[in-house]
Amino acid sequence: MASEYTTTEYIQHHLTNAVMCTTEEGIAFNKACSDAGFWSWHIDTLLWSIGLGVLFLWFFTKAAKKATTGVPTKSQAFVEMVVEFVNTNVNDTFHGKNALIAPLALTIFVWVLLMNLMDLVPVDIIPSIAGFIGSTVFDMNPHDVYVKAVPTTDLNLTFALAIGVFFLIIYYSIKIKGFGGFVKELTLQPFNHWAFIPVNFVLESVTLLARPVSLALRLFGNLYASELIFILIATLGFWQLPLHFPWAVFHILVLPLQAFIFMMLTIVYLSLAHEKH
Amino acid sequence: MNMNATLIGQIIAFIVFVWFCMKFVWPPLLGAIEERQKMIADGLEASDQAEKDLAIAQAQAAEQLKEAKAQAADIIEQAKKRSAVLVDEETQRGHSEREKIIAQGYAEIEAERNRAKEGLRKQVSTLAIAGAEKILAREIDKDAQADIVAKLVDEL
Repeated sequence: MASEYTTTEYIQHHLTNAVMCTTEEGIAFNKACSDAGFWSWHIDTLLWSIGLGVLFLWFFTKAAKKATTGVPTKSQAFVEMVVEFVNTNVNDTFHGKNALIAPLALTIFVWVLLMNLMDLVPVDIIPSIAGFIGSTVFDMNPHDVYVKAVPTTDLNLTFALAIGVFFLIIYYSIKIKGFGGFVKELTLQPFNHWAFIPVNFVLESVTLLARPVSLALRLFGNLYASELIFILIATLGFWQLPLHFPWAVFHILVLPLQAFIFMMLTIVYLSLAHEKH
Repeated sequence: MNMNATLIGQIIAFIVFVWFCMKFVWPPLLGAIEERQKMIADGLEASDQAEKDLAIAQAQAAEQLKEAKAQAADIIEQAKKRSAVLVDEETQRGHSEREKIIAQGYAEIEAERNRAKEGLRKQVSTLAIAGAEKILAREIDKDAQADIVAKLVDEL
């Protein structure tokens, strides 16, 4: 922790994404992008999340390529354990035939879990390294180098996942029930009478829209809060001891739980989309 | 915390990851798992079957052993009976043979005796006649007493 900082500045620094945007002079970063509006990119979120996604796919593809039906290697056994776990959950909840849902659930679970686990990396390590590289290689003020290493604390990422799931919900609702069936579901429930159509529509639309919003906000809220507390803990005590340790232990439970909840709710929503009335 | 184009980038990344997972990760892994499950199930079934087969084979072997023992006992029994019968028959045959030989001997002896008797009788008659001839030659006509001599000979 840099001592010439105030605590507020320190916390804000750790909670700011690295931004990239294009201005008239070319590519710009961070503070120069403050008025770039929508067309700016959180490069730290993108890099970490895609990096972790690629890591997940690389590891699992490696296991899948060498997958034997005989005695599995240790990495194959581990991968199969995860796959079995996801598959069991999917089969318990989703009764139907869909080749997408199980791999979707696996991707969400492992990817979100990996991104959440970035939360356990001590909060100063990655910003310090980035600041060092920024100051030595690019001759920047290390305080102007921002890295937020936990992608799930970025609303853009959680909403991206939730919107992906939301479109799948709508796609399968229409595919299974037909467009008419989907409209009927929105208008003739819970009160099956024509006079209640507007009321029903408002209720059901809220229900439908609440799903992706709650998915995104739940994950974001949990991770953002826990990251914030990690940062607050970093301002207390001696070398972050002793508070950092129990909080991290607690997150061994919280982080997989959040990933699991996201996966489970995705499966539940999609299985609801497959249900005919 | 503001929303921006990162959202679009993340959606694209999400879609690509899910697609990749669906294409290259999930099918081979689940295929391997299911195949192994099938193999294990088959193996268990085979071992069950083998156990059953073994039990059947053991029962069969025991049955056959019992049968063989019974047969052997039967054969021994039969052999004993047969030998008894054979001994009986042989004894019987020996007895009858002996009787026959004895009877033959008796008959031969009888015939020999009869022949000897006949011979002796003839010789005795001749001797008697010769004796009588010699006695009577002196005083009696040989022809006149011939009927008496014949009567004598018959009485012998």
